Amino acid sequence: MTELMPAEGVFSLIWLLIALPLAGAVVLLFGGRRTNSWGPYLGVLTVCASAVLGWLMLLAMLQNPPEERTFDQNLFTWVSVGGFQADMAFQLDQLSMVFVLLITTVGALIHIYSLGYMAHDPDRRKFFGYLNLFVGAMLILVLANNFLLLYVGWEGVGLASYLLIGFYQYKHSAAAAAKKAFVINRVGDVGLSLAIMLMFVTFGSVSFEDVFGAADQASEGTLNAIGLLLLLAAAGKSAQFPLQAWLLDAMEGPTPVSALIHAATMVTAGVYLIARSNAIFDLAQVAATAVIVVGVITVFMGAIIGSAKDDIKKSLAGSTMSQIGYMIAAVGLGPIGYVFGIFHLLTHGVFKAGLFLGAGSVMHGMNDNVNMRRYGALRTVMFITFITFAAGWLSILGIPPFSGFWSKDELIHAAFEESVLVGVLLIIAAGITGFYMTRMFIMTFLGKARWEDDVHPHESPKVMTIPLIILALGSTFLGMALLFWGDIESWLEPVVGFESKEAPLSTAATIGISLAAVIAGVIVAYVMYARRPIPIEAPRGSWLTRAAREELYGNQVNQVLVVTPTLVAAKAATSIDAKGIDGLVNGLAALVGAISGRLRRYQTGFVRTYALSMVGGAVIVVLALVLVRAS
Amino acid sequence: MSAPALVMAAEVQFTLPSVNYYAIAPILILFGAAVVSVLVEAFVPRGGRRPTQLVLVIGAIVAALVVTVDLRGTRLITGEGAIAVDGPTLVLWGALLVVGLLATFLMAERSVDPLGDAFAPRASALPGSEDEQQFTKRGFLQTEVWPFLLFALTGMLVFAAANDFLLMFVALEVMSLPLYLLAGMARRRRLLSQEAALKYFLLGAFSSAFFLYGAALLYGYSGSVNFVILSETLAAKPGEGTLVAVGVALVMVGLLFKIAAVPFHQWTPDVYQGAPTPVTAFMAATVKIAAFAAMLRLLYVSLGGLRWDWTPMLWIIAGLTMVIGSVLAITQTDIKRMLAYSSIAQAGFILIGVVAASPEGLASSIFYLIAYAFTTIGTFAVVSMVRNASGEATSLSAWVGLGKKSPVIAAVFSLFLLSLAGIPLTSGFVGKFAVFSAGIASGAAWLVVVGVIASIIAAFFYVRVIVLMYFSEPTEDTASVVIPSTFTTIALTAATVMTIALGVFPQWLLDIVEQAGVFVR
Repeated sequence: MTELMPAEGVFSLIWLLIALPLAGAVVLLFGGRRTNSWGPYLGVLTVCASAVLGWLMLLAMLQNPPEERTFDQNLFTWVSVGGFQADMAFQLDQLSMVFVLLITTVGALIHIYSLGYMAHDPDRRKFFGYLNLFVGAMLILVLANNFLLLYVGWEGVGLASYLLIGFYQYKHSAAAAAKKAFVINRVGDVGLSLAIMLMFVTFGSVSFEDVFGAADQASEGTLNAIGLLLLLAAAGKSAQFPLQAWLLDAMEGPTPVSALIHAATMVTAGVYLIARSNAIFDLAQVAATAVIVVGVITVFMGAIIGSAKDDIKKSLAGSTMSQIGYMIAAVGLGPIGYVFGIFHLLTHGVFKAGLFLGAGSVMHGMNDNVNMRRYGALRTVMFITFITFAAGWLSILGIPPFSGFWSKDELIHAAFEESVLVGVLLIIAAGITGFYMTRMFIMTFLGKARWEDDVHPHESPKVMTIPLIILALGSTFLGMALLFWGDIESWLEPVVGFESKEAPLSTAATIGISLAAVIAGVIVAYVMYARRPIPIEAPRGSWLTRAAREELYGNQVNQVLVVTPTLVAAKAATSIDAKGIDGLVNGLAALVGAISGRLRRYQTGFVRTYALSMVGGAVIVVLALVLVRAS
Repeated sequence: MSAPALVMAAEVQFTLPSVNYYAIAPILILFGAAVVSVLVEAFVPRGGRRPTQLVLVIGAIVAALVVTVDLRGTRLITGEGAIAVDGPTLVLWGALLVVGLLATFLMAERSVDPLGDAFAPRASALPGSEDEQQFTKRGFLQTEVWPFLLFALTGMLVFAAANDFLLMFVALEVMSLPLYLLAGMARRRRLLSQEAALKYFLLGAFSSAFFLYGAALLYGYSGSVNFVILSETLAAKPGEGTLVAVGVALVMVGLLFKIAAVPFHQWTPDVYQGAPTPVTAFMAATVKIAAFAAMLRLLYVSLGGLRWDWTPMLWIIAGLTMVIGSVLAITQTDIKRMLAYSSIAQAGFILIGVVAASPEGLASSIFYLIAYAFTTIGTFAVVSMVRNASGEATSLSAWVGLGKKSPVIAAVFSLFLLSLAGIPLTSGFVGKFAVFSAGIASGAAWLVVVGVIASIIAAFFYVRVIVLMYFSEPTEDTASVVIPSTFTTIALTAATVMTIALGVFPQWLLDIVEQAGVFVR
């Protein structure tokens, strides 16, 4: 059992990890035009400082034996009312440590990259302010020691994401995408807030320590309910089926945002939430199974969408959905899968950030065109981007020795330990991954140039390529480093648990089969896109391609199931209200007798109508009380 | 037959009611000041009235506040059982006085409108007439608003402390009549304002009649107007149902009207929109506090034994209020109407705490009321500052791109909206969380689910305004933000500070409301 250590030494500065980027955000957002010139640098600096602090904490944490690596810092009691208490308190353990490093380090690199990418944007100060706000909120999310504070971070990253998706406000599509992300995320947030309420009712507390400590005393039904609500929350934030529709539209935001928020960090918050709540999911079989199902469905949806999109960012977004599906499926497996879900999350965070920034670098050179059909032959003109993108590509394919290989194969192997079906499905999806990533790679960097006339591709400035190179190194070596040198399994074991079972397939066999699937996908893509010319106009394609271009009709489903009914309800309610009051009340009022019969004819007068509705309401209230009293 | 009765009456010794005057000193101070304020109107020359009135009003409110603070810990019933001064009363008095003071500042504002303050120079002049123009040109001020304010505030304090039906009814009228008048005194768009006042008056009178009739029925049942005696009678003869049920229902109708619960809500958008904005701010913040205070006392002290009779009714009303308020707000295009529907929805959220019928429910409702009141003052303060040539620009199309033109005010307004939506680290979140957990603890989990869903719907329209302000470029219709005087600045600053403070450090107020304990009986 791990014990809580007081936050001393460098750990007394846990709050500073969060305070630095937040302070940056405050200065940038409220400082006004004065901060235009130096503001962005301040933004970069605060996040870099947090990153340095994070690494120092890692070094300090390594000094302690594994069971003494959980540090608790209680700033003050936030809310205490009746039996309920929530503290402004942080908990740094092995799980949050890796997240802190991912968020601050990738965050710092993306901040630096943005200095170049956003150099000509008039609203750049605001951009860095929002980005800082995001980093601060994300750190609150992963460092909170109770669910209420986690919820604060959860809403905070949602807000920042929302502001950043809509950043190019002159584009109508960006504002629409921001609104969509907001609405869908609210659905997920309902899940989280209800889960928190239910935890409070069940355990009388919302702190991790109390909830997880007492989880085995709750009934399985309750735990399943909490688990399913948490899954709903995770699905919203991590763009998992059925709440996946916002992520592709979110690509309207600036590319560094897509890299940081919509690939590397925020969208993985759902994985964090489930891994963090492992004590609940271990005892809630139904919820855990649902997690696997949602994950596997999304793996395929994302991969299929990624295969059909010609927009490089949307294709990458589909890939992100799919890869997060892998992680969700892994954490649904229970103690067999938690560590590998997190492992894949870390490598994915790095290589996907690299891929997105690479895409941004390509767009930077192509006048912000995102259509891959107008790319091609960029390998020579953008050599650094080409090489770094290649590292990300090989990593996501899972080619040894790149990072993705280690994490994905461990993950698939773990899936086989639990269920052959899940393992097989994940291997098939790996094959599709091979296809769409290779397609993207070929369409962008190889083949013939299909550029538009006024485009003169060029390599990006150093401030952009250096983060690319660092992320490419990460895409190459991070997997090995975490597995062999970092020993990720035993590092995370104290927090999320770890066990392994006999798998029907040996490790070598798993690797062999999944590599074969990937290579098959690569070959198909090579045949289809490298051996044949790529038309500038997209061909009509098969029904599956067309469905995938339409994002598998997720938007249409939303429209029919959610948007239209809401609007109709609102319209109906408004028209009813304009006439006076609900027909129900009027109907009941009519029963009152002759008076109401007369009054109903005079409904044009507002005050009369209002008064009539009051009579109706009073009748209902009286009846309700009398009936209850009589029964 | 009549003669002996008269003799009998003469023989009955009339004893003075024993009153603890210090315990009700806040009421007496305000009432006294209100009377003096009327005299000021009569005797002070026109030029000196406004400063005199302001000193009087602010002085009286501050003095009443000081006494209220000094009374902390008091727990007694005085005035022959008519007035209860206890922890909840004092906390609510304090809230009413502080919020009333901020509203006073908004009403005193003269810098945002080039023509003068928010009120008609002469309420009696016909709208659009020659007279009106003359009065405007000569800079007349309708300083009667100050005695109205003081009387209304007096009524509210009594309403929050009233422990019998008779006093509660008197307080209801003392509080409401000046508000009807204030609502009709807008300087701009006077016809709309007068229409609002008339509607408010007619419907308010109508609802008072319900209240009075219900009180009469309950008197017929228990033989007393006193809350405590009513609750004892209920315990003594539980069988006689219908009379009590009808009486309680009718009394509740009167109170539900004041808090703008569905289906007694329709006056709210019209009145909020038509009334001068500082009056809307005052009304929205304080009437809600006072009416909920009265409802809480009635339900908890007098009708606690009937809990299982009135909870189903209030469950339904709370659910309807949250959902209908939130849904209707979505399609509003006028910011004041939208805020009115929002206030309806908020009443529904507070009802969750009320219907919990537990000490936690009481404490959480009071916390929510206070948090809501400050945020409301802030929102309407901003509304009063966003103007174009014809006065306040309340159409949402005038708020497009405001974030570009006035980033600070847009940011502050966004903060208030986020608080109303219940986003964490704002006072609204803590309030919602408190009432929701009280609701769950009382077993009304489904109602909380409705509440959470309604708050999601509500978040949508709050955020829509933020989107309008930030995600669009200003158009030529975009209003400008007028720099206000110190008065509005103080109110706005206080509202901002409280909205953040109660979100990040809510504990002190939670402690206060918790220590206030339950109602004395």
